[in-house]
Amino acid sequence: MSKMRYSRRALLKGGAAALAASALPAPMIWAQEIKDITLRQFGTGVSNLNDVALKVKEDLGFTLEMTALDSDAVTQRAATQPDSFDIADIEYWICKKVWPTGNLQAMDTSKIKNYDKIVGIFKSGKLTPESVIAQGTAPHSVGFVEGPGSTTFSASETGWMTLIPTIYNADTLGIRPDLIGRPISSWTELLNPEFKGKASILDISSIGIMDMAMVCEAMGEIQYADKGNMTKEEIDKTIGIFTEAKKNGQFRAFWKTFDESVNLMASGEVVIQSMWSPAITAVKSRGIPCVYQPLKEGYRSWGGGIGLSAGLSGMALDAAYEYINWYLSGWVGGYLMRQGYYSAVPETSKEFMSADEWGYWFEGKPATGDITSPTGDKLAGAGDLRDGGSFYDRMGHVACWNAVMDENQYMVRKWNEFIAA
Amino acid sequence: MTTVARGTVTGWLLASPLVVVLAGFLVLPIITIVVVSFWQTTEFAIVPAFSFENYEFLFGSAVTWKVFAATFRYAVITWALTLGIGFTVAYYLAFHIRSQNVQIALFLLCTIPFWTSNIIRMISWIPFLGRNGIANQTLLDWGLIDEPVEWLLYSDFSVILAFVHLYTLFMVVPIFNTMMRIDRNLLEAARDGGATGFQTLVHVILPLTKPGIMIGTIFVLTLVMGDFITVRFMSGSQSANVGRLISNDIGLLQYPSASATAVVLLCTVLIMIAILLRFVNIRKEL
Repeated sequence: MSKMRYSRRALLKGGAAALAASALPAPMIWAQEIKDITLRQFGTGVSNLNDVALKVKEDLGFTLEMTALDSDAVTQRAATQPDSFDIADIEYWICKKVWPTGNLQAMDTSKIKNYDKIVGIFKSGKLTPESVIAQGTAPHSVGFVEGPGSTTFSASETGWMTLIPTIYNADTLGIRPDLIGRPISSWTELLNPEFKGKASILDISSIGIMDMAMVCEAMGEIQYADKGNMTKEEIDKTIGIFTEAKKNGQFRAFWKTFDESVNLMASGEVVIQSMWSPAITAVKSRGIPCVYQPLKEGYRSWGGGIGLSAGLSGMALDAAYEYINWYLSGWVGGYLMRQGYYSAVPETSKEFMSADEWGYWFEGKPATGDITSPTGDKLAGAGDLRDGGSFYDRMGHVACWNAVMDENQYMVRKWNEFIAA
Repeated sequence: MTTVARGTVTGWLLASPLVVVLAGFLVLPIITIVVVSFWQTTEFAIVPAFSFENYEFLFGSAVTWKVFAATFRYAVITWALTLGIGFTVAYYLAFHIRSQNVQIALFLLCTIPFWTSNIIRMISWIPFLGRNGIANQTLLDWGLIDEPVEWLLYSDFSVILAFVHLYTLFMVVPIFNTMMRIDRNLLEAARDGGATGFQTLVHVILPLTKPGIMIGTIFVLTLVMGDFITVRFMSGSQSANVGRLISNDIGLLQYPSASATAVVLLCTVLIMIAILLRFVNIRKEL
């Protein structure tokens, strides 16, 4: 009993030590205590990789707990359960939805070491000075706020970032060249009657509507002012065109998860469909030809980043900045780029890739030897070229960014009707 | 007087665990769902209110009616097929197998597939029925068809096939159970009275099996009406039933709208069961 009781002297001693520790933060103490810190990160499966958590433990010493969810669940959690996470790994369009809730805190760019090297897409919105900014929720448009605590986005760089960009890519249609047997060059092919009963689109409304818009615009049926922010009439017309195609039996199925898209393609149920880059890789790794077809109208692009929970402070916040700096320092970037994604700071990633890997993935050069994934699967052999070419060829042809519309609720209802039609 | 009082107290005490469980895990959630169904939503926030907006939208939308109709269609077709198969299987087990050991063995055999997961049993149909699946390959090899049959997979056919496969046992078990309780003397009496086998089936066995059929019917109807995952996977997301409407709403954070749909579905199913119970007194059986 008496053992449990603290004497006044002990309390004073402890207090003095604590005071000294906070007044004079010696690196020794930091190193000791950082081991006890656990940061809870959640996000979509794309970048929630166990290898990253292991490497964080090794390089930085603290524990990173990862939870992977689908994008609906991620949005929901970021918006409604701010205490359940420290770091949110979300897409930019999710940020647009979630930021106004005040559940995330702006980041001071002066604490980000590689800030200057971050690709222009995430700062000015332009990949190169001549680039035209694509439609939709372009990352830079929701990338900055006026200052800490602000809930409105700023049009230009302010020094306070909402998300630190981590990963992004350009999406297009996936095809089975062996079953199609002719070149495919336009989004219109998705509704080509030639592929009746052999096409598919993804059943995630916010992304599916964009793929639909790419098709409708390519067909010349609709001219959108902004595909990422349609009017009710545009939504009606777009969904109308696809509902008719659905009734005519154009689609074999709709897919909602990654593995469904892989199975549809690998089994030959579908020969042309909306697809994500790693799904193409998964089909290829089964020895089945599959191409991530570049199309003349351009790509539908997406980007993700990490945001900090508003509740994060003190040492945990320092650890989070440490983590972000580490994230941009190259190892993760290299890891992601070897999966076909792009890193926000490509030049630091280069140091973690072989010259051949860098040439194949980033520069669009023919591979000189076998290209393998981070987990060791062979993805390409000598002489192979990446679908779509170099970083500038691909990211320079973005037609539209994943977005959330003002008429989102209306669109969702229309989408439900499309599925039920 | 005191004994009566003590009896009452004991009765209450004995009933209380069940009351607590039912109140906490059945009544309370349902009340919550009903209450939330009158609330309103913004993009992420749920706002307590008393508004009929969700119901107005639900009943005002043509999609709702279509989806409810599709749900009923699935339920009725599945019910008819599971009843046909379930009754036949149970009849065979109960009246054609003489040895009790064989009976038990065969009955267990029926349940073996149910030791695996629902989802696995459902998904294994996909490679079987696909364009390049075993079914199409076999038919092509036999020369019965010239090109793969498309409607085998991702169609209403595949949805109902999966439903029948998944839920027939729920018909077999209660029907078999009631059939086993039929007094064999009644069958003898029917035969002695000059009834043919078919007449015995229609006039003796069928009426006496009604409670089992009814229990099976309730199982199958509620399972099919509440399902969403089978419809999603087997139709390739191309068809919708009420369960999918609800799950879509939940995915998009539209909890009040999902609740309203759930309430309507619950009422529909309750009305159906109430009507069914008019025909047969299940309590007599239990």
